[in-house]
Amino acid sequence: MPSILVYLLRRILQAVPVILLIMVGSFLLIQLAPGDAVDALVGDMGGADAAFVERMRQEYGLDQSVLVQLWRYLVKLAQFDFGWSYVYEQPVATVLMSRLWVTMLLMVGALSAAFVIGVALGTLAARRAYSLTDNVISTLGLIFYAMPSFLLALLMILVFSVKLGWLPVSGIKDIGAFHTGWRLWVDIARHLVMPVAALSLIYMAFYMRLMRTSVLEVMDLDFVRTAKAKGAGGRRLMFHHVMRNALMPVITLLGLQISTVLGGSVVIETIFALPGVGQLAYTSVIKRDLNTLMGIIFLASIIVLVVNIVTDMIYAWLDPRIELQ
Amino acid sequence: MSATPILQIEDLRISLPAGADRPYALEHLNLTVNAGEIVCLVGESGSGKSLAANAVMRLLPEPRVHVSAGRILLDGEDVCSRSEAEMRKLRGDRMAMIFQEPMTALNPQKTVGWQIDEVLRLHTDLDRKGRKARVLEILADVHIPDPASACNAYPHQISGGQRQRVMIAMALVMNPRLIIADEPTTALDVTTQKQILRLIKEMQAKHGTGILFITHDFGVVAEIADRIVVLRLGELVESGPADQILNRPQHPYTRALIAAVPALTPPPHKPLSDAPVVLRASNLRKSFAARGGLLSGRRNAVVAVKDLSFALRRGETLGVVGESGSGKTTVSRIVTRLLESDSGEVMIHDRDLIRASRADLRSLRKDIQMVFQDPMASLNPRKRVVDLIAQGPIVHGVPKAEAHARARELLELVELSPAAADRYPHEFSGGQRQRIGIARAIAMQPRVIVADEPVSALDVSVQAQVLRLLADLRDRLDLSLLFVTHDLRVAAQLCDRIIVMQKGEIVEAGPTAEVFAAPEHSYTQALLSSIPGRDWQPPQLSVA
Amino acid sequence: MSATDLDLTRPAASRAAVMWRRFRRNRAAVLGLVIFAAVALAALLAGVITPGDPLRLAGQPLTPPLTVAASPFGTDQLGRDILAGILHGARISLLIGVVATVISIAIGILIGAVAGYFGGWIDDVLMRITEAFQTIPSFVLLLTLVAIFGSSLTSIVIGIGVVSWTAPARMVRAEFMTLRQREFVDAARNLGVGNASIIFREILPNALPPVIVFASVVMATSILMESALAFLGLGDANFASWGNMIGQGRAVLREAAFCTVIPGVAILLTVLSFSLMGEGLNDALNPRQKK
Repeated sequence: MPSILVYLLRRILQAVPVILLIMVGSFLLIQLAPGDAVDALVGDMGGADAAFVERMRQEYGLDQSVLVQLWRYLVKLAQFDFGWSYVYEQPVATVLMSRLWVTMLLMVGALSAAFVIGVALGTLAARRAYSLTDNVISTLGLIFYAMPSFLLALLMILVFSVKLGWLPVSGIKDIGAFHTGWRLWVDIARHLVMPVAALSLIYMAFYMRLMRTSVLEVMDLDFVRTAKAKGAGGRRLMFHHVMRNALMPVITLLGLQISTVLGGSVVIETIFALPGVGQLAYTSVIKRDLNTLMGIIFLASIIVLVVNIVTDMIYAWLDPRIELQ
Repeated sequence: MSATPILQIEDLRISLPAGADRPYALEHLNLTVNAGEIVCLVGESGSGKSLAANAVMRLLPEPRVHVSAGRILLDGEDVCSRSEAEMRKLRGDRMAMIFQEPMTALNPQKTVGWQIDEVLRLHTDLDRKGRKARVLEILADVHIPDPASACNAYPHQISGGQRQRVMIAMALVMNPRLIIADEPTTALDVTTQKQILRLIKEMQAKHGTGILFITHDFGVVAEIADRIVVLRLGELVESGPADQILNRPQHPYTRALIAAVPALTPPPHKPLSDAPVVLRASNLRKSFAARGGLLSGRRNAVVAVKDLSFALRRGETLGVVGESGSGKTTVSRIVTRLLESDSGEVMIHDRDLIRASRADLRSLRKDIQMVFQDPMASLNPRKRVVDLIAQGPIVHGVPKAEAHARARELLELVELSPAAADRYPHEFSGGQRQRIGIARAIAMQPRVIVADEPVSALDVSVQAQVLRLLADLRDRLDLSLLFVTHDLRVAAQLCDRIIVMQKGEIVEAGPTAEVFAAPEHSYTQALLSSIPGRDWQPPQLSVA
Repeated sequence: MSATDLDLTRPAASRAAVMWRRFRRNRAAVLGLVIFAAVALAALLAGVITPGDPLRLAGQPLTPPLTVAASPFGTDQLGRDILAGILHGARISLLIGVVATVISIAIGILIGAVAGYFGGWIDDVLMRITEAFQTIPSFVLLLTLVAIFGSSLTSIVIGIGVVSWTAPARMVRAEFMTLRQREFVDAARNLGVGNASIIFREILPNALPPVIVFASVVMATSILMESALAFLGLGDANFASWGNMIGQGRAVLREAAFCTVIPGVAILLTVLSFSLMGEGLNDALNPRQKK
């Protein structure tokens, strides 16, 4: 469908100013930070003489005007060159890429679990509105919603690792076991069960509550009455008429929350010692590795924008009223 | 077979949940629909007429609202004792329903064909090919042009009239014994309404279906009813053959309702040609840019109003009539400069409103005030009535105490109790709110009042009162009215002259009496011949 | 029936009374209010019930709860009284919740109102900025701000406010876009009322109810964000904080889970109270229009 492609292209073009704003914003943030890259480097080296510092400044272009520096910064970012990480002694891009897959696994796992379970429970609660089932589901939703993810993570560790010994406490795979093939994947999955659960519960609660209200609202709409007047009922009515329409706000929320989920992975990866981007963000803050932090912000923003475009496409595909022109 | 009526409602009572404003939505309703008969259930808002329809289909929001007494017989069999599964077999098959708002009554995510096909899937054993053929056949029956492509269209891609045809096709596809039509033409333009009414009659004659037709519009009733049942606040007031109820109503309420229907006889032509012109609009033009993106390029702009000129004299009421999309509402917004026009001028006392500077505009606004369509939406719900009315004068420098005192006087002028001053808009009925809106306009002591469909959201009986008030104030305060409406009966009652608009242009203009008696343009002729119940002259009734 | 439809209905009860009645009907919301009152009381009376610095040594390290009268909730591995930590921590949580929410809602209203009312290029520019903020994961941005400006209480509060204004801004914008098309706005313009007055006096009061309900959500997430920061050891070390207590309790999770669970329950209850009250406020301010 060419119209879909045009729509896609337009959405990508719309994302360009956003990316530019983020680039400029992150540059300004670095400018606001006390000290610059050379100070950080010199600090790491334990001090250096003034002439050396001056030479380094020239080398990094820090003696140029702010606008020139901004331009150079943008050009570098556009080439995915985030600079050098003084902590990892590697280009930031390399560090990021080696850790990205862990975070992606965690995110995709958490969001799909949250979406599927949340939508199912929300629909169930709405169909039995104000019954005991609904009350139990809604109360659980409220509690999960109020539960800090780190508390949940610690409690799960206490129960499933310390007390029961079912699941590993930390890491992405057993160190020293050197699994290969499907054994490796089973091992990784075992390591991800608790992190995914801890990260997803709050979003599950979100989707559940939203789906419940949305289903109740759609059930009140005229076209559902029309469907009933045609003799439709039961599953057919729920599936074709109610759920598909009720999903729309949930999908919107899903798109909006990608960035929050990425933020949430910082805490979860730190607790479970998962070698992902979130954990990297935490260590970068502790070690004040600004280059890496900016790299993370940029990479995360790109991921969020891509996912947003994908959710928009799904939305447009589900709702024929969105003009694809 | 001829002996058993299709639908019999006996002594029906529908209970409302505790805490509602009355215990029963409907009581002691008796009504019969025979084969090939159209029975109109007539009532104003709150009469319980729609609940009665839903009760027959067993689509009430049970158990909060439920049938608590009486029987509903479909072909002699009681509907109320059926299980939900049995009801599902009946709905869509032996009885079907058509709703008011064809846009919201169709699932936006499914194609038209799919939605008609669903009825066949639910109630027949036809295979895909057979169903497809039947869908195309029924779409052709309801005169949808090009049924094959209509099948694949989504509801938002077809016009309102076509959507209602689709609804009718959906209701008819199983050849049901009974069709319940709940205000099926209320949301449509008059010319479309006429076509849909004709279609309903045609289909009914072809299949001998019984139709329970719910409406508030006596014009529509006069057009199609065989028999009439009048409801008021849940009680049956009067019922009988159409001719008897329409021309010789007995009950005072029916008499009042019928008396409130504006007759199609325009007022005698006022000699106004020597009165000074207070507002002259010339060469107004407005187009709206269609939404376009970076890549798709700008789509052609939609012209809402093209080259429009008219003059309004002192004490005159000029009606602007047209169907939706004619640009009549745009005219009201340009003339008050709530919308910037592309070109042209609006002269009020030798000053051009269109090109006025910010400061000039502010003082000019005093001369031209507006009464809006939706009496709920046009009053800020967070403000007391006295503040609403006094707001304009205060903005223009009148001291607060004085403005408030004047606002209280104005309440009396629009026949509201002074106690209304300290209340909030939601505490009033629709007609009362519209009176407040009128008081707010008059508080500015304008020369011209632009009224945009001021009575279209009101019940007929209230409509008549508000129109009377407007006419009365116009004469007492020597105001000029620019009256925008889609309702030709209302226009006939109030306007000295009318302009008829179609697609942003004036197709005909002249004294109302002349235009109504001898329309020249073909569109005006079509419009006038579409007025529902145009052949019925409401009897002159003395209302006690 | 009155022939002319002029009778007024009985005077309605005052707005506040009606809202309180609707709020009260939601039992969960009342429970939320009670919990919230308890938290607020704890914050107020912290200095009276447990005077002195909550971070000082108060007894034997890792005293279990309900064993020593002086420390009913027990002590942590540094011998600090957990009850004192909980009570003083309530101050920090509420302070951060309220101030950060006020900051984010204020920015949100300003940006959303201007974008939604004026539309056009102003809306485009403001929405791109909003999108940029929304695209950066807020917790990562907060971490960056803390890394750059330090982890004083002030910078944390401002940081949380600055990273959470986008949702209220979008919401206010959407409300304004709907409301500016309502006829009462046209009516005000027709009377000659100026733009600023229309935005703040005509539209804003009508746009506020959903924003107030949403403020309870912002407050809950602010508290969660602060506790997550403190949990990671990036909070202000000069103040007792629930997140901090959990973070330190983690080290003794196996032998003394109460060091983690007690402050955890405190956070849970506080956030829960905001959600529950939010639902009650929703009932009170946005009653569903029933036919």
